[in-house]
Amino acid sequence: MTGQEIVFALLGAVAVGSGIMVVTTRQLVHAALWLVLSFGALAGMYLVLTAEFVAWVQVLIYVGAIVVLLLFGIMLTRAPIGTAPDLDSGNRWIAAAVAVATAALLVTVVVMGFGDAKMPLEAGGGSAEALGSAVFRTWVLPFEVLSVLLLSALVGAIVLSRTDIGGARSRGKGD
Amino acid sequence: MSPGHYLALSAILFTIGALGVLVRRNAIVVFMCIELMLNATNLAFVSFSRMHGNLDGQIIAFFVMVVAAAEVVVGLAIIMTIFRTRRSSSVDDVNLLKY
Repeated sequence: MTGQEIVFALLGAVAVGSGIMVVTTRQLVHAALWLVLSFGALAGMYLVLTAEFVAWVQVLIYVGAIVVLLLFGIMLTRAPIGTAPDLDSGNRWIAAAVAVATAALLVTVVVMGFGDAKMPLEAGGGSAEALGSAVFRTWVLPFEVLSVLLLSALVGAIVLSRTDIGGARSRGKGD
Repeated sequence: MSPGHYLALSAILFTIGALGVLVRRNAIVVFMCIELMLNATNLAFVSFSRMHGNLDGQIIAFFVMVVAAAEVVVGLAIIMTIFRTRRSSSVDDVNLLKY
């Protein structure tokens, strides 16, 4: 086994194991913390694939921002600390059967399609310099559209979460 | 080592996320599982990028991350609003659009 395969096996085991813990743990806060581990393992996987910039953006956005937002969400919705008894819905075994069937199908298709493809051994060149020049040369329009999307998400979140704007008429009707 | 390994791992992670969306009741945990699925697709994008030797897959993965951040912001605001009116963050209580 080469070093790349060993690191891939370790990181893959961590990612899959912590993903399963996110789905099966009985405590909400623990689910968010297992998610951090899964995201970190995937960042290591991107480093093995020589996508450095994507790996550090993964650490910054997912581990740094999204998990903190989710923890804030858990706090603000007053989720129970400790085990929550009604966390799973009733159709757990049907869902597990569907998931196992889907996984078998997807893995079979992927392995049949790409099992004998080869990855080049030289470095893939995912540095910030290479990605920056690619973004600002060929991907400028999607990049700018993405900034408008972020702005509209920001405005939308503010409008949704403030009660004193936009809801003056509907509040009288609603409650 | 072939990209089939990475793609198989990404398929497994995607299925774990889908299982969570099917099984879990709390809206925030459903959100976490959606993030898990998005991460699995990002892994597939990056390994395709490595396989073909160009950077487009990595740029798409970067864009997916930014869109996921926007999605989390709006989604959590919606969950907060629902929690404020219904006093619950369970997806089973939000069934008015069902009928």
